Amino acid sequence: MADQNGSSGDDLEHSISAEGLSKSFHGFQAVDGVSFQVRKGEFFGILGPNGAGKTTTIRMLTGVLKPDQGRILIDGIDLRRDALAAKQRMGVIPEVGTVYTDLSARENLELFGMYYGLSKPVRQERATQMLKDLELHDRADDLVKTFSKGMKQRISIGCAMVHDPSVLFLDEPTEGLDVQSRKLILDRVRAMNAAGCTVVITTHNIEEASRLCQRVCIINKGQVVTVDSPEHLKSTFEQTRSVEVAFEGQVSCQELSPSCMLRVEESGDKMRIFTSDPDRTIEEIMRLRDERGLRILSLSTLGPSLEDVFLKLTEAKR
Amino acid sequence: MNLRLAVRGALVTARKDIRIYYRKAPVYIFGLVLPLFLFFAFFVGRDLDLQRYFPGFLAMTIFFTSSSVGPLIIPWEKQAGNFERLLTLPVTVPMIVLGDTLAGTLFGTLISLIILGVGSLFLPLSIGLSSVLGLAALFFLGNLCFAALGVLISSPAGRVPSNVMMLSTLVRFPLIFISGIFTPLVELEGSARTLGMLSPLSYLSDGLNGVMGQETLVPIWVGMLVMAAFTLVFLVAASLVLESKAMKGL
Ligand SMILES: Nc1ncnc2c1ncn2[C@@H]1O[C@H](COP(=O)(O)OP(=O)(O)OP(=O)(O)O)[C@@H](O)[C@H]1O
Ligand SMILES: [Mg+2]
Repeated sequence: MADQNGSSGDDLEHSISAEGLSKSFHGFQAVDGVSFQVRKGEFFGILGPNGAGKTTTIRMLTGVLKPDQGRILIDGIDLRRDALAAKQRMGVIPEVGTVYTDLSARENLELFGMYYGLSKPVRQERATQMLKDLELHDRADDLVKTFSKGMKQRISIGCAMVHDPSVLFLDEPTEGLDVQSRKLILDRVRAMNAAGCTVVITTHNIEEASRLCQRVCIINKGQVVTVDSPEHLKSTFEQTRSVEVAFEGQVSCQELSPSCMLRVEESGDKMRIFTSDPDRTIEEIMRLRDERGLRILSLSTLGPSLEDVFLKLTEAKR
Repeated sequence: MNLRLAVRGALVTARKDIRIYYRKAPVYIFGLVLPLFLFFAFFVGRDLDLQRYFPGFLAMTIFFTSSSVGPLIIPWEKQAGNFERLLTLPVTVPMIVLGDTLAGTLFGTLISLIILGVGSLFLPLSIGLSSVLGLAALFFLGNLCFAALGVLISSPAGRVPSNVMMLSTLVRFPLIFISGIFTPLVELEGSARTLGMLSPLSYLSDGLNGVMGQETLVPIWVGMLVMAAFTLVFLVAASLVLESKAMKGL
């Protein structure tokens, strides 16, 4: 049976299938042979540093940009052959694209509902529901141009969800938002996902990606570095956590116990100690301080940085 | 392509344009104030027979108003960041072009109907019952044609509305001087007439002259066919250009 199901069975199971996507701008290869598959109902992350090609990839997947090469299937529908049917199934928050600031929150929701072909009673009901879910009902009839950034982004996500899409594409949806707006938006996205909607999210926040996503695709310089579950990538992430400390006076890193550090970088009076166990490293730093009677000028723990993760991953590949 | 989805996309786009862009000042400055200004500059106080020149003035109004909405929309949406979002919706570029054109058509039709109404109060216009149909067809075709021209002008644009407004003035002004607005085409000769016949606006002013009982250069229905052909060319060209320049300025 498994043999017979072959690729068509895969296509049915996959919400998104990207095959060998490439795109160049004036000779510069922004995306270079990116392939991955996203299962139905999966929460999928695309992670990469600035300029990695995340937005370009999302633009191709959502039909904004035509790939130079490659094929895209959305729920088994070829995006090039039947763009309208494929787009009908998507909800999209582009990185820079916004809703209409000259319309009110409710007018925007209804306009997007119209574009997605919802009948009048349905779109009115969905708009009201969305406004409530996004805690915007008291501002429903105000023009979006009077909204704060977080409120704008909330209405933006509402517009992407108004037709109950089967796939959501979100390009850095929480960039620059405060904790509350971020939580509200991610809660809505998680609720959609729990109801069976496939979610693709791009971010350069590793913590956020590993918290939300079932699998993450890491891309760098337009190419896929790896696609894996956050659990599997975790050790890579953790090895790149670090503690940064500055002592008053000269201290050599040799004075710290080597068991609590993977690698040390020194710059100026600061030491950056890479470790998989920041807690132990800080204990060790305190021990040194007490023993030697030193003063600590600054002490901070740093999350995993993308650059370090890429270094690690590309090292591992070699 | 699914026809029902296509029609829906174009109509929703037109509806959105009407809701948003009919309120914008540049539409009125370039679409209303400009033709009025030209009217006063060329017709008033020069002891001209207003009735003789009314069809030309009407053609000019249709031309300016219908082509003033289109150039605004795409650059405005690119600047505001709506355009990329629009492209993610179930619409295609030709549907966007058609929707923007319809919005311009309706705007031009409304304003030119008002002008016609006001004109008929002051001037003893003689429009026979049989000509009313011709007049309606000319209004629709003229407005559609120049609304499409307006969208075509904005199709290669980036994200600065004022640049496009400048370009559109650059395209539109020469056209009114060669199109038999100030001197009916039948009175022109030689190269001036040949030049005039290259402009779609000539066929509108010529046709309006015809339905208002004056001499025409070509039969009215021929003029209509020519305008329809121009409209088609403008729509197709706008779609092709916008398709290739969609990402400019994003
Ligand atoms: N329209 C365009 N014209 C020219 N170059 C482009 C265009 N869009 C993207 N690029 C280039 O392609 C590369 C990838 O850009 P992209 O926006 O996809 O990166 P990204 O991963 O989304 O980055 P960020 O995290 O900063 O959003 C960049 O080097 C960018 O300069
Ligand atoms: Mg990006």
